[in-house]
Amino acid sequence: MNKGDCKIMKKTLSLFVFLITLALALPVRAAEDETLPHQHWQHKGILGVYDKAAVQRGFQVYKEVCSACHAMKFMSYRNLEKIGYTPDEVKAVAAQYTVTDGPNDEGEMFERPALPSDHFKSPFKNDKAARAANNGALPPDMSLLVKARDGGEDYIFSILTGFETPPADVQLMAGMNYNKYFPGHQIAMAKPLSDGQVSYADGTPNSLEQEARDVTQFLAWVSEPHMEQRKQMGIKVILFLLVFAGVMFNTNRKVWSKLH
Amino acid sequence: MASAGKKVKFDNPVVQWINDRLPIYSILHDQYGNFPTPRNFNYFWSFGAIAMAMLGIMIVTGVFLAMSYTPHTTLAFESIEHMMRDVNYGWLMRYTHMNGASFFFIAVYIHISRGLFYGSYRQPRELVWIFGVVIMLLMMVTAFMGYTLPWSQMSGWGVTVITSLFSAVPLIGDGLVTWLWGGFAVDNPTLNRFYALHFLLPFVICAVVFVHVWALHVSGSNNPTGVEPKSEKDVIPFNPYYTTKDSFGTVVFMIIFMAVVFFAPLVLADPAHFRQFDPMQTPPHIVPEWYFLPFYAILRAFTIDLNIPFTHIILLPAKLQGVIAMFSSILLLLFLPWLDTSPVRSAVYRPVYKWCLLLLLLAVCALTYAGSKPPEGMPLWFGIVGTFYYFLHFLVIVPVLGKYEKTLTPPASISESVEAGHE
Ligand code: HEC
Ligand code: HEM
Repeated sequence: MNKGDCKIMKKTLSLFVFLITLALALPVRAAEDETLPHQHWQHKGILGVYDKAAVQRGFQVYKEVCSACHAMKFMSYRNLEKIGYTPDEVKAVAAQYTVTDGPNDEGEMFERPALPSDHFKSPFKNDKAARAANNGALPPDMSLLVKARDGGEDYIFSILTGFETPPADVQLMAGMNYNKYFPGHQIAMAKPLSDGQVSYADGTPNSLEQEARDVTQFLAWVSEPHMEQRKQMGIKVILFLLVFAGVMFNTNRKVWSKLH
Repeated sequence: MASAGKKVKFDNPVVQWINDRLPIYSILHDQYGNFPTPRNFNYFWSFGAIAMAMLGIMIVTGVFLAMSYTPHTTLAFESIEHMMRDVNYGWLMRYTHMNGASFFFIAVYIHISRGLFYGSYRQPRELVWIFGVVIMLLMMVTAFMGYTLPWSQMSGWGVTVITSLFSAVPLIGDGLVTWLWGGFAVDNPTLNRFYALHFLLPFVICAVVFVHVWALHVSGSNNPTGVEPKSEKDVIPFNPYYTTKDSFGTVVFMIIFMAVVFFAPLVLADPAHFRQFDPMQTPPHIVPEWYFLPFYAILRAFTIDLNIPFTHIILLPAKLQGVIAMFSSILLLLFLPWLDTSPVRSAVYRPVYKWCLLLLLLAVCALTYAGSKPPEGMPLWFGIVGTFYYFLHFLVIVPVLGKYEKTLTPPASISESVEAGHE
């Protein structure tokens, strides 16, 4: 390839890459709501890992508060071992719930304490029952909540801390609450968290912000439980590919240098 | 057939034994080993190999996904979540497959742009180009059907929107949609047939890729100068020169691909793709995957019904115009070899056309942007202007400019251009 040609190619190539990135970035960026206040989440960095203590506290918040309304049907109790609970602790957590099993040899369904292998028990029998208990609104399942909302962690945190008395010109519908960050501002969930709502065993101050941050980090882990394994494996794969690319680059140069 | 090609001797007696009975090694040797290839490829020529690697990755990961996937409306979403959480490396298979579709399209779009820029579609490579367009079409159908399989909000509503387009077909439209759905709504029969086809089509793609490469090996490859090889000095054997060069290119591409899979697997995903499909609740924006956005924007760039003048009788509803335009925007590429009238093949030697191609790239970017937004205000204008230029480019500029442009003189031969570059 001649030199002029080579320059043109390089220019077009970089332009290409730039435009493609731009084209890709636009729709993705567009999805982000700028009005959400940004929080720092340590697990969001390229190599970031979950704050295990916060995730454990967040589980406590979920268990004591949110689980009264929000199901988490893709999680099993045994998954909690991944955030640092011992098998015995997990057994004890599971045993607090009663699940229906069966049919037994007599053909009857029966109740038994939950086992670590059971999925989290849902608070309501079905969506209809959940709506009936919540003014007609459905509390969404939380297994994927962080991944399934624009803004992810920032959005969840904002909802939890965004309850306010409505401005004078806003007429709330019956059973609705005012939330700065909920689309349309009227949300069927009553403010679920407030200062001092849960008492943490590790003595962490239980302010509303702290509880909201903790439960958000728990929900992030629930959405993406393999994130740490994924990033660790990613480092190895990328390192391997970089070495491989170096070897191929060299081989290629050697091969071509013989050509004349 | 028995005497096809020269007899090649192989050192390994087993290879020799097999080759005497089934000349697979001779074929490999002629088609990939010794195959005379222009000596002046740049890295844009690696994208064919890259696309082939992506096809392989899609099939391997897809088969593993299929082992855990359940094609039923009540179980599909759950089966994928089960795979993501409880199946060993299920998350890896899913994220590779999910982002693999995007990177497959990136590779193929660059591959196609390469062909556009260097005139690779022109005589004698028309069939190579046409099979390429067929591959792209099959990929689009495959990816579209694959995207419905998780049965998410975006899956369900995406299918609803796109299949409903066929209702714009005059007379048989509604019947056609019911036939596509296998019922009166997007439901289990739709999911089942999409799964069956999503499993099948990649193998059809393999077959078309085979024919595409076969046709290419009859005409030989184009090159950046667009000048056909004239002597032995212009060509080198494919192996080792391009096996090493393409391998290097492929590994670099894989680094980018793997970086996304492992560190940002969700950058290209829509959050609504992680909510289960609810036919009673329409999401606020139904946005297709990025690789469909330019075509989606063309579809929605038409907003005015065409009436018979002075009456209210609609001749061509806006929706039908959009559907026709969207399908033509792809099918038109099939005719490109005959639309281009320039005496020179490569855009390197076409000073004006080069800029027109840059404009085309900008138009496609504008369409991508427009496709990601609701069709109103500025985005709609981006869509209209982009669509206008897209068709103007292929239907007017390509045929007319080819006749009048003052082109530069391409080098007399490939080796001459290479030598000029080395001084
Ligand atoms: C008393 C029942 C109840 C409790 C307890 C509860 N929620 Fe909710 N939540 C709801 C309902 C009902 C909705 C649906 C609101 C709507 O759609 O208007 C909801 C919606 C939400 C949303 C908005 C989701 C969306 O669709 O964008 C978030 C975030 C949320 N809840 C988080 C939490 C967290 C975190 C907790 C625990 C700290 C919690 N909720 C406790 C009933 C509850
Ligand atoms: C041309 C190659 C292919 C393309 C472009 C493609 C594209 C896609 C896309 C875009 C998805 C949706 C991903 C998501 O959102 O999760 C998908 C899902 C899926 N594909 Fe493919 N695919 C290809 C080949 C295959 C093959 C060969 C198989 C099986 C043999 C397969 C099986 C599946 C399954 C089971 C799913 C659902 C699981 C999931 O969504 O993660 N695919 N495909």
